[in-house]
Parts: sequence; C-alpha cells; structure tokens
Amino acid sequence: MTATYDLPDAGTGGTAAGTGSVVLDVDGLSVDIRTPQGVVRAVDGVSFGARRGETIALLGESGCGKSMTAQAIVGLLAPVADVSAGEVRLDGTDLVTASRKQRRALAGPEIAIVFQDALTALNPVYTVGYQLAEPFRIHRGMSRKQARTEAIALMKRVGIPEPESRVDNYPHQFSGGMRQRLLIAIAVALSPTVLLADEPTTALDVTVQAQIMQLLTDLRSERDMAVVLITHDLALVSEQADRVVVMYAGTVVEQGPVGEVFGRPRHPYTKGLLDSVPAGATRGSDLRSIGGSPPELQDIPAACVYQDRCPLVQDICRTERPAPRHVGTDHASACHFSEEVSR
Amino acid sequence: MSVTHDSTEATSGTRPQGDALLQVRDLTKVFDVRQGRQTTHLRALDGVTLDLRRGETLGLVGESGCGKSTLARTLLMLERPNAGTIRFDGVDPLSLSGKELLAFRRRVQMVFQDPFASLNARMTAGEIVGEPWATHKDLYATSRDRAARVRELLSLVGLRPSDADKFPQEFSGGQRQRLGIARALALNPDVIVCDEPVSALDLSVQAQVLNLLNDLQQQLGVSYLFISHDLSVVRHVADRVVVMYLGRIIEQGDTEPTFDRPLHPYTGALMSAAPSLGARTREQIILSGEIPSPLNPPSGCRFRTRCWKATDECATTPPVVQGSGPEHTAECFHPLGASELVDVAP
Repeated sequence: MTATYDLPDAGTGGTAAGTGSVVLDVDGLSVDIRTPQGVVRAVDGVSFGARRGETIALLGESGCGKSMTAQAIVGLLAPVADVSAGEVRLDGTDLVTASRKQRRALAGPEIAIVFQDALTALNPVYTVGYQLAEPFRIHRGMSRKQARTEAIALMKRVGIPEPESRVDNYPHQFSGGMRQRLLIAIAVALSPTVLLADEPTTALDVTVQAQIMQLLTDLRSERDMAVVLITHDLALVSEQADRVVVMYAGTVVEQGPVGEVFGRPRHPYTKGLLDSVPAGATRGSDLRSIGGSPPELQDIPAACVYQDRCPLVQDICRTERPAPRHVGTDHASACHFSEEVSR
Repeated sequence: MSVTHDSTEATSGTRPQGDALLQVRDLTKVFDVRQGRQTTHLRALDGVTLDLRRGETLGLVGESGCGKSTLARTLLMLERPNAGTIRFDGVDPLSLSGKELLAFRRRVQMVFQDPFASLNARMTAGEIVGEPWATHKDLYATSRDRAARVRELLSLVGLRPSDADKFPQEFSGGQRQRLGIARALALNPDVIVCDEPVSALDLSVQAQVLNLLNDLQQQLGVSYLFISHDLSVVRHVADRVVVMYLGRIIEQGDTEPTFDRPLHPYTGALMSAAPSLGARTREQIILSGEIPSPLNPPSGCRFRTRCWKATDECATTPPVVQGSGPEHTAECFHPLGASELVDVAP
C-alpha cells in the first residue's frame, strides 16, 4: 500500500491557487526560546507565501512550531521567545522590524488571528457587543452607537441568531460554536488582508466544525482575504486548503498544492502521516504508524530533522541538512531522497 | 420499545460470535439540576439499550453532551441509573455490594482520554501500573509476584520492563497512554471502556496506540467499549457502532453498513460533516444550529429541530425503530434512502 490518494482535483489545488498576489511573505523565519537550560530554536528558517483569496495550511503535530510561527507573524510571541532571524513582509512592510505603533495600526485592518480556545480569547468581563465594537472604535474612530450597529451587523453576518438581543450578553452565555463565530467576527471586522486561524475548530464537534469552516470559506471569498489555517488535521487540510506547508521539528519539510503533496508526497514524513490515517487502511488491520516520537526541542539534530524516524535514512542524512528543493511546480521538499518517497 | 435482537442471529462473518457479555436495557439516568429555586431534570440517558459481546469492539459516537460519558460511568458503576437494567455475564451488578461488587469492578476497567492528567506525577510507572492491586489485594500474593507482573504488563504494552522506575513526565504522550492501558490490564478485565483514548495524541502516535489496542484484543480476548468523536478511528477499530444523540441511541449496527448506508439523518450528517482525505468535491450536509439543551429536549424526535426531513409527525410522536435487519436499526420516521447519501463516510 502506498500513500497515494485519488484526489479529484489533483494538481490544480483548488480554485484560487496561483491567481492571487502574494500578500504575506514569510522568509527564513526563526524563533528562539530562552529556557533555564539554554536557548532552543523552536522555529528554524520557515518560508512560505500566502496569496489573496487562497487558503494555505500550516500542517504539523504538536510541538512542530506551527503555532509559534503564527504567533511570530502577528507579533504575539511570549516574552521568553524572540524572532532571531528572517522577515515577515505584509504588503511590503516587514512586521519583524516594525515598531509597536506600526504593528498596532496593521493589527485589524491588515492582519488578524482567530485563536483555538474561544473562551479564553474573549474577555469574560465585557459584553460581546463591546468587544465586537472595539475594532470599529479604535481603527475607524466610530461613536459607540455607530460601532454597536456595526457589531450587530457583524453578528448577523457570522450567523448568530437574534443579534439585537444577544449583543449585550457576556461570552459565557454563548455555546462553544457561537463563541468561535464571535472570535471570527472580531478578526474579520475590518476585512484584513491576511487572516490567520490557529486550530479554529479543534475544540468543536464535527457538525459545528463543518459550519465554522463553511463560514471561513465564505468570508474568504467575500472579502478576498488570504487565510493561513494552522492545524494538525490532514483531512481538514485536504478539504479546505489550496496549498499546504508541512512542518516537523520547527522546519518546513515539504510544501506545495494540497492535491500534489497529498497525492504524491515527496517527503517521508508527509508520507508517514498520510499512512497513519485510519481511513487509508482496512478495518482491524495494522495501521502503518511512524515509529518513535518527534525530538525534544533541545535534541533536534543538526542534519536532517527526521533522520531518527525515517525509513529511507542514509549516511548523508546524519551529516547534512537537506535544503528545500523543487520537485514540481510550486512543490518543494527538504529531503535528500525526495525522488524515492512515492514509488 | 426495544431494539433487542438475538445475537445468535448474527450473520456477519468477521464479527466475534457468542452471547452478549454486557446487556443494557432501557437505561435511564436523570440528574437534578438546580437553577435558582427551581430544580429541573436532565435526562442524560433516556432509555439506552445495547449489547456488548465477548471480544468485540463497540464504537460509541456522538457529539459533546449526548450522554456518552454518562453511559460509560454508569457501566463502570460510578453512577447509579434511575431505571433500566444491566446484566454483566448473567449478573446484575446493581444488586451487588461488598466483596461481590469489588469482584465486578475488577472485570470492567477504563482507559482515560488525557494521558497527562490521568497519571499521578509523584508515582513511578511501576507504582501506577500496580496500584489497582492495592484495592484488589488477593490477586498477587507477594511483592515479588507483583513486580514480575508489572514487568510483564509493561512489555505487553510495548514499554521496557526497566521503565518501571521512571516517572510519567519522563515518557512521551504515546508512552503515557501505553501506561494507562497497562494499568487497565492489571486486573485482567473482560471489558475495557476506552474514553477517547487517542484524541489527545498526535496522528503518528495515535496509529501506534490503535495498533496496540488491536493486538491486545487478539491476544487477550478483551471487549472494548470505544468512545470517540473521530469517525475514521471508530470505523477502523469497531465491529459494531452505536450513535447517540441527546441521551438516546438513535442508530446502531455493524460498522460497515452503518457507515456506508446510514439510516438516521443525524448519522448521515455526522458522517458528512467529518472531513476526509481526498474528498474535496463531495456534497456536504451542513446541519443548521447546534445540539439543543438536554434540559429541555425537543418533543417527539429529538433531532427534528435540526433535521431537514422533519414532518409534523416527528414533533408529536417518538419515532419507531426501523432497520434493514437486526444488525442495523435506527429510530426515525424518515430513514435515509440509498440514493440520498453517496460517499459521505470518512
């Protein structure tokens, strides 16, 4: 059995790929964390570009650095973490070197983020109406009354029933799915160019997840945004994203159009992940799991990051880190043996 | 009403045959919820009927708040049901007390969802795996026997016997879940209730743990009640599957027909909503609204408020059980036809 899946769209990667211009350009981004045991590198030379009207997914398992990449992009890294190298260009402005004031001006109208846990991301002591009105008051200088009208319109847009009566409710009075809708509403309030969504549906039930993903897709087309979807869910990527960036141990191991990457993976880690999905095997049979577990941040090998778990490992993998190489149109893999991965 | 069926009629080739080890009939559990001065009743389980056979895996799926965990807790005798009967190997565990109840508890064990929260950080792996014997003292006579059994259990779940002296925080998530499984096996149970055993694990590690559970079942003949929200996982491990919605089992059947030809619109929507690899262009049924409050469930059919096929009948009368045979039944007036759902299963 190989990890080849029949994708109806294979090769085209959805509808919008390649048509929009690159609005978010992440180039060689590295993030260091200061720990009591010394400095460790959590994100190491991550590069990708997000285009207007397109969804690009950052895919990886816990600890691979995908969320930290997103936090570095929006400038919300924890105090112990710093961007140590690289650039994040948003329509020409480098977000890494931008001043706090510049960043503040961009946060909302240009770039916004939806977090995973809607209950902790919303402020429990303010009404949702107040929190929804904030972007309009701060960036557009609207009066309370005007902003409230906008907030109600926004609640209606994201599918919250009876917005007029619920605008004065507090976050705890909403269900998990409704809170996620509220967070999305706040993020898209000023129609940003780039919307990052960090595991937006992980805490939700599948029927609600389907609703939220539909909402994100509709808003993306309506407002011509670039959506960066951060997730560990391969199936979600397969259905929602145009392009995918596969991360492992802080690095990008493979990226390209979803149809190509999932249809013919060119990195052994991507192939291993696809093989681990239960749907690919018949019931009751053994799943093809990846042996071992990802390295701890302080133990990431200097050469290939995947060498300890890789079935194709050779001597060169232990001495030299493979650079990303083009293996197809818009498709790159960081593997010495990318030709040998699929068939 | 009942969806009971005689298990000897079972015809499926691969399925473990034999009598039901665990028979649950019309199980009802009501919690009193105080809201100010008023007390309302939350029917977490409302007439649940199911069978678990020896050596089989029964998948239990449903969204949060549907009663999955209450059912698991009731079967473990952690909650007392308000009505209904449970028969475990011919005995009613609800009638037991003292030593007999202790002996029953030995036969039904649990694997928890969160391998980080469910292991005591101040105990070694060996102490964790052997802790059940502190209650069930008569199982192994000497400390030497116990230590030998701990080593045996650790190697059974794919850990090294020398790991017994390590603390949980020295293990990865997947290894911790192996410890949780070893602890559940310590009393040689007949049934293990697995409550979302792989949902906290990464995909590559999840596959290792699912393979382990499968191997253990082959070796030991243990039955699993496998609770999960991940339909692709349930499809992979379960022989039969039950689908719960607001405290009731609305559909149950052999895994293949239930996934390939769901009868209940809710099951169809659930399958359709779950994303799957390589199904970009498929039609999705997106349900409107969310699961209603179990404090005030809809009259008649509980799913009617979100169902696209609901009629007046659904609001007034509880739906009858229909099915394509005893192996696959659903509670619905308007079950899905074959043409309505194509390729929706994950």
